[in-house]
Parts: sequence; C-alpha cells; structure tokens
Amino acid sequence: MSDALLSVEDLEVTFETDDGPLRAVSGASFSVDRGETLGIVGESGSGKSVANLTVLGLTRAPNTAISGRIMFDGRDLATLPAEELRRVRGNDIGMIFQDPLTSLHPFYKIGRQLAEAINAHRDVSDNEARERSIELLGLVGIPEPERRLSQYPHEFSGGMRQRVMIAMALINDPKLLIADEPTTALDVTIQAQILRLIAELQERLGMAVILITHDLGVIVQVVHRVNVMYAGRIVEAGTLDDIFYDPQHPYTWGLLGSLTRIDRARTSRLSQIRGQPPSLIAPPQGCHFRPRCPHAFDRCPETPPLEARSGSPGHLDRCWLEPEEKRVVRITSSGEIGLEAREGVRA
Amino acid sequence: MSLDGAGRLLEITDLVKHFPIKRGIIVDREVGRVRAVDGVSLSVAPGETLGLVGESGCGKSTLCRTVLQLIEPTSGSVRFEGQELVGRRGRELRPLRREMQMIFQDPYASLNPRKRVGQIVGAPLALHGASGRELRSQVQELLERVGLSSEHMNRFPHEFSGGQRQRIGIARALALQPKLIICDEPVSALDVSIQAQIINLLEDLQDEFDLTYVFVAHDLGVVRHVSDRIAVMYLGKIVELGPAEEVYANPIHPYTLTLLSAVPIPDPRENAVRKPIVLEGDLPSPANPPPACRFHTRCPYATEICSEIEPELVDYGGGHWAACHHPLHREHPEAIAAAVPHADAAPR
Amino acid sequence: MLRYIVRRVLWGIALLFITSAVIFLIFNILPSADPAVLRAGRNAGPQQIAQVRHTLGLDRPIYVQFADYMRAVFLHFDFGYSYQYNYPVRALIFQRLPATAFLVAGAVVIWLGIGLPTGIVSAVKRRSLLDRAMMATSLALISAPVFWLGLVLLYLFAQDLGRFPIFPGQGAYAEATTFFGRAEALILPWFVLAAASAAIYARYLRSSMIDVMAEDYIRTARAKGLPERTVIMRHGVRSAITPVVTLLGLDIGTLLAGNAILTESVFNIPGVGRLLLTSIERSDLTVIQGIVLFGAFFIITFNLIVDIAYAFLDPRVRYQ
Repeated sequence: MSDALLSVEDLEVTFETDDGPLRAVSGASFSVDRGETLGIVGESGSGKSVANLTVLGLTRAPNTAISGRIMFDGRDLATLPAEELRRVRGNDIGMIFQDPLTSLHPFYKIGRQLAEAINAHRDVSDNEARERSIELLGLVGIPEPERRLSQYPHEFSGGMRQRVMIAMALINDPKLLIADEPTTALDVTIQAQILRLIAELQERLGMAVILITHDLGVIVQVVHRVNVMYAGRIVEAGTLDDIFYDPQHPYTWGLLGSLTRIDRARTSRLSQIRGQPPSLIAPPQGCHFRPRCPHAFDRCPETPPLEARSGSPGHLDRCWLEPEEKRVVRITSSGEIGLEAREGVRA
Repeated sequence: MSLDGAGRLLEITDLVKHFPIKRGIIVDREVGRVRAVDGVSLSVAPGETLGLVGESGCGKSTLCRTVLQLIEPTSGSVRFEGQELVGRRGRELRPLRREMQMIFQDPYASLNPRKRVGQIVGAPLALHGASGRELRSQVQELLERVGLSSEHMNRFPHEFSGGQRQRIGIARALALQPKLIICDEPVSALDVSIQAQIINLLEDLQDEFDLTYVFVAHDLGVVRHVSDRIAVMYLGKIVELGPAEEVYANPIHPYTLTLLSAVPIPDPRENAVRKPIVLEGDLPSPANPPPACRFHTRCPYATEICSEIEPELVDYGGGHWAACHHPLHREHPEAIAAAVPHADAAPR
Repeated sequence: MLRYIVRRVLWGIALLFITSAVIFLIFNILPSADPAVLRAGRNAGPQQIAQVRHTLGLDRPIYVQFADYMRAVFLHFDFGYSYQYNYPVRALIFQRLPATAFLVAGAVVIWLGIGLPTGIVSAVKRRSLLDRAMMATSLALISAPVFWLGLVLLYLFAQDLGRFPIFPGQGAYAEATTFFGRAEALILPWFVLAAASAAIYARYLRSSMIDVMAEDYIRTARAKGLPERTVIMRHGVRSAITPVVTLLGLDIGTLLAGNAILTESVFNIPGVGRLLLTSIERSDLTVIQGIVLFGAFFIITFNLIVDIAYAFLDPRVRYQ
C-alpha cells in the first residue's frame, strides 16, 4: 500500500450540523496505483463523494473535522497547508463531476475556462494556453476545437460538455483523475462513449483513475479494482472478478441482485434491499447495514473490521458471516446472487 | 394501421407535435420547426406495459405529454377507450383525465414544496369532489398502499428521500383510480437499490389495480424487466416495436442494437467479450433531421438507399415491427450475437 | 443579439407612446380641479374662465386635444406651459435636472461603493459576527425614513445648526456657485439618499452570493486549483452581480424621475423632486404631467439599458 500513488488511511470526516455531528466517512482506507482504475461504488450518503472531495481538500471548513492520512506522492494531503494543497488541485490531481451543465461557468467561454485552469498553475503566454487547450479538446474527441473555444457551455450537448470537463481536468497532466459520477446525468449511449474515452486516456497518459458511481454496471467496463461503500464505510474491496463472482458482503449482494439485466429473461420480482440507508448522525451500532440485512445475527452489533476473510488476499470485507455460509445464503430463490432471507439456513 | 395490442385502451395514430422556431427582427417569422414527435402510431392494450425507450431528444417525453393533451398536438389522433382526445377543450377532457395519470422523473421537482403530502395526494380527489373525512381516509389508504404511513400526511416533501417522494408521486397518480398511468422515467433519478423497490411497487400496483402502463426510460435493463412490449424511438419516430423478449433477443433495427450494446452487462467476463456498436457524435437536431432514414448518418450499416427513401414500419411477424432497409436479423445476425451475448435467447 | 436589442428598443418606443396616452388620460379626463379655473385665478368670473378655457384649447373635443398633445410631445418636445410660473414646462424641468442628476450620481457611487463590498464580505463570512453586525446595520438603515435620517444628519453635522458643524447645511446647494461648492453641499444628501439603497444592495448581493457560491461551477473552480479570491470574485461575484445590475437600472431611472423628492425637500435642493412637490402643492397640472412624462421616459430608457446590459452579462439570454 505504501508505494501506491494515492493511499488514504483511516479517513474520518465529520460535519457539525444543527442536529449533531454527521459522520460522513468513518474509517475509510483505499489506494490507487499508477495506471490503475479504482471504482468506488455506493449510493447517496455512502460517503464516496465526501471521501474524494476530502482528498482534494474541498471539504475543509470550520465545521468539519477531518482525521486520517491521505498520502499522495509522498506527502500527506490531509495536513498540507491550504496554499500547497491548492497547487495540487487541478495540477497533480484533476477532478470531474456529475452534471457538466452546472459544473461549467455559464458566463465564460470554454476557451477562457480552459486557459484559467492552465494559468492557475503555470506561467504561460496566451498563445501557449490556447494551443494547449486546442490540443486537449482534440484529445477528448471534440471536433473543430478552434471554433469551439469561443463558445459557451450551453452551446454544447451533454456528452460534449463532459468531454470539455475532462479536458479541463487533464490539461495540466495530472497523475490522478477523480471522476465523480461522470456519466450519471448522461444517456446510456453517451455514457458508453465517455467511459471508453476515460479508459483510452488512462492508457495513453498512464494516469491513475478513481471512478465514483452508484451503478455497478458502469464499473464493469473500465475498472480494475472496486471498493463498495455504505453509510460512510468501505464494506467490501477487491478486484472486479472478486466483487462480481465472489461477493462477500450482503450489501454487495443486494446491489447485484437489484440490477436489471438485458440478457436475462424477466424474473418475477427484483431482489430489493428493504428500508433506507441509515442516518449518519445516529448510525446503528456495529455494522451499519445491520437493520436492513436479513442475515444479521448476534455478532453484528460489534463493528466488523475490514479484513480478508474469503481466502483471496486482496479481497477484503466487513461481514462476520463465515465464507462457506456466505456462498450459500447469497443465492436467492431465483438462483441468482441477491439479498433474501432464507428459511432454515441460519443457525 | 394495426400495430397490435388488440382491444386497445389507448390508440395513437400519426401523432405529430412540432414546435415552431421563430426568428425575425421585428415580427416573428417561423423559420423552422423542432419535429419532436413526427408521426407516431402506437396502441396499448388494457393491462399491458408498453416500454418506450430512446435517448434524450428522441421525443419520448413530448410524446407522453402530447398523448395526455398536456401539450396540444399539431396533428394526429389519440383515442382513449375509443374516444378521441385531440381537439377536446378543457372541460370535456376532465372526465377522461381521471382515467389517465402521469408519474414524473424528478421526485424533487414534481412535488410542490410548499404543500403537505396529504394535500398533494388529496388534490386530485378534491378536484373531483371529495372532501372532509372521506378525503382524509382515502389519502391515508393511498399512502399506506405505496408503502408510506398515514403519519406522513402532514409532512413536507423536503423531509423525504428521493425514493419516498417518488412513492408520493405514485400515490398521487393512483388517487383517481386511473386506468392508464404514463411513467416518465420514474426511477432514473433514484439510487439503484431504491429503483428496485419502486419497480416492484409499480408491478404490485399493476396487478392489484389492473393498471395499464406506458413506461418511458432510457435504461434498457429496467425497461426489459417491466415491459410486455417495447417501442424504440429515434428523432421523433418509432423505429422498432415488438414484444419485449423478441426485441431484446432479436433486434432488427441497428439503433436498437446500439442501445442494447451500450448497456453494460454486470458480468465482467461476458462484458469483456462483447463487441458493442458505439456511435460517435451527438444526436442530430430534431429541428433538422436527416432526410429519409433519420438514423442513416450514424448507422454503421447505411447504404445509399437509406439516404433516399424513408423506410416504413414493416411487420416481421409476431407483432414485431421495424423500419429499416437492412434488417439486422437478415443481413447482420453476427453483429447481434457479438454485441449482446444471450444467456437464453428466444428461438426465432 | 442584434435582434434582441432592436426588439427591446422598438418595444421601448411603443411603451413610451402607451405611457403618454395613459398619462394624458389621467391628467385630462380625471383631474379633480378644472384647469381653466386654476389658470384663471381666484376671482375670475365665468366669462374669463371660458376665455381661458378657449385659450388653453380645453373646449375642443378630447381626441383633438389628445392628438395635439401627442404631436407636441413627440414632434416638438413641448410639454406645455406651467400655470404658476408662466414658463415652458420643458425649460423648468431642464433647469432642475442637473441638480437631481448630480445628487443621484453621487449617491449611486456611494451606495455601490459601500453596499457591494459589504454584501460580498457578508456572504463569504456568513454567520460571523461581522456578517451579523453588517446585516443589523443594514436593517436599521432600510427602516429609517429618509426625511428622518436627513433631519438627524442636519442636526448633527450641518454648519449652521449642527452639533458637529462639518458639512454645509440646508439650502447650501442653491447658494453654491462653484462645482466643488455644490459637491460639498451635497455630501450629506448623498449619504442620506445612499443609506437605504446601500443596505438594500448589500442584502441583495449577499443573498445572491450565497446562492451562487453553492453552485456546482464554484466547486469546479476550486477543483481547478484557483485561488479562493479568484473563485469569489471572478466566478462568484460575476454571477451574483447580474440581478443587482437590473436593480440599479431601475433605481437610477426612478430617482431621476423625481423619486428623490424627500431628500431634495429636506436639504432644499432645487431639483426635479422639489419641483414636483411645489407643483403638487399648487396643483400645477401641466408641470406635474410633464414630470411624470419625463419620469416615464427615464424609467423606460433605463429599463432598456438594463435589458441590453443583461444580454452582455449573461450569454444565455441572447439565444432566446
């Protein structure tokens, strides 16, 4: 873990709210290597966005308590002074967000916003900035880049805008790209284009990528390793094959089970996870998933540590169930992996 | 044209909705039209679910609103239980409005934030005459039916999560006991596990109340799960229509295959061996659709005839229609297998 | 863009016509006093009144009067004659306009100079002690009636009767002869007129900034590694300022139209507002009508300027 490009250790992020402290991230550890894509999967409130915004220092505020280490390229970003951290943002680490329409300033032309990203970190002439901007727009597949430089964001379509965002994030050759739900607001065909683009760029530029999403389908196409987050914690971590073929945590089973498939016949009912994600102000004691888990038992009020239990060393999870049991209970009555209470299976 | 769904609840014939584009310094002149819906014919049988898929800009939302007469059609006919809706004035439409309702995509925008949940769900009932204690009890029953509790009546929308708000929207749509509910991307804005809950709820309600659905979505997995039949739209026209299993297993129109191949299959090994069709560029503008076959500018199989003659919807048997000069199952069957490996394909 | 501007200008002209017609209606069909009686003086007999009526053209049919009126206003820029001063209304207004313009210009500079930074700082340091103090002060200034504030300031600072005689007092403007003399005389009035507006603009901008700073593109700007100062000014304020520009245009328009009436009265400044006040006291209908018409002209013009400015500020507006 220590020679990884980015290594987050025991990250905790707590917001002070009117109703009490909100633990958005409680003890998350993950890492990414150069040339690797890490997928972080979770729903709203899982902490996936907060954790990554914290890497960039974008959650620093008077009412926010941050602890843990964020090792990037030999430095701990968590304790880095604001001005130095600013030099990392948009320079060594680039980030793109979900909604490209609202993420670009509506009043400034694209060319100006791109140039701004360069000028924030380098002293270049206007011409050089312009050349570089055109180069990046071409790299992300925007036709007629010179003409597009003097257009406004609302003159681009959704997919094109997201490409512009990617160009802007990559313009200073960052070592790491964090993509926070980059395709959620886009149509499925454009989604495929954008994901393919990210994969190509990664190969071409050799950078690391963190892809954040709530859709397991999205990560299937581009990631190498996956972290599943729930209610502020990482509940499972492993390779793509680990997660899809040998998932170890009931929440992962629930996510897999509730996916609809285009290559399978209609089943009578989608396997669903009952209830709702817990409040992060007063989370359940022990395993956060306990109230919604049909397999919860008496050990669950004790928080399971993130450990390798299934035999494969890189495959970690937070569930007290025995691996043999898991293999049985995770198969639902329709023969697929899912989350379902089964009669007579638990002791 | 009989596009099957015998004994139809809803019959749409050659429905057209164009939005004029006006320009001019002093006086507005019409210089073009956005052809949002450009001649759509569909029918929906009672009790079935018709899935409507397409990307943003294909006109599916406009189609829904035009069918419900929320937008006035430019031309065409919409018959509900045999009665013509197009051309009717507000008061004439009202008794029919009870029978057709809509659920919207954005659970945050489609509920009035200043009204309490009880008022929101009760408004349609109140509009049609209910009041007092009877109104209250009907609202309570509706809330319970969608999985909320009656104590939620006095709360405001912002106190609920996305999934719960969508349930409120569903309760509102059910209030008048409609026959037809048009669901405009009802789960797109929700997290995946909540999507499953809502889809299951919609299916249960369909069984219990004998509802007919038109289910609009761009997520093909969801659409396959809920639909009996599927219609694929592109730039204002239907390009393929047929029973769900058929369309997914044996798509005829290249655009349908494109949509299918863009959907990730959550199985890494299967996904890795796919050869999807990936289109480049964006959807052409609906104000200026390509001539003849609208898809020919992006279609990997297009030939000269595609830019000269517009293909008609042709019946390929079994209720499966498509509008294409080069039907995939005859000319490029290998592309289908390459893009969407089937675990259990229906035999042709 | 051109289409946008041309349409706005044409609509502005049309609006002027309509407004003039409405004003004519109000002043010639509805008034309480018979203008002929007023003009003729107190002890006029019925014959004299009839004579005056004929001279003024008030015995002709309404539509003829209307046609004459419109022709006079739009072709000759003639607003009629004041009954009291026996002087062309247009000349009267033009005499008074410089004072009002000077008053408004200075006040605008002050209220923007104080209000805008206050709004920005309050928004950025939301909920801090500084923010709360600024908002409380602004509330006080908005609530204080203009004439009260004016009188209090005179009482405190006027050279002739103030406790701390620093500034020229009431009536100083009329007596001043040089540009600087006039400016000095306007210092207190500027602050009085600016006070409430500064407060309003501060609150407005604060609210606008709070909304804007929560937008996604601010997060993107920070993610790009821009210094916070740039994020606030070039991304935040740039967006938040557009509604303020609209407000400014309307405020200037209405002030020039005579809205500074209270300030001008308290400080005895011979501006359009004071003219309006005295004309109302004396029921000098033509002058009142002239000022109202002038006022409409200013408001429509500034509205137009603001609309066009908006298109420059917000590129999305141009592509309607």
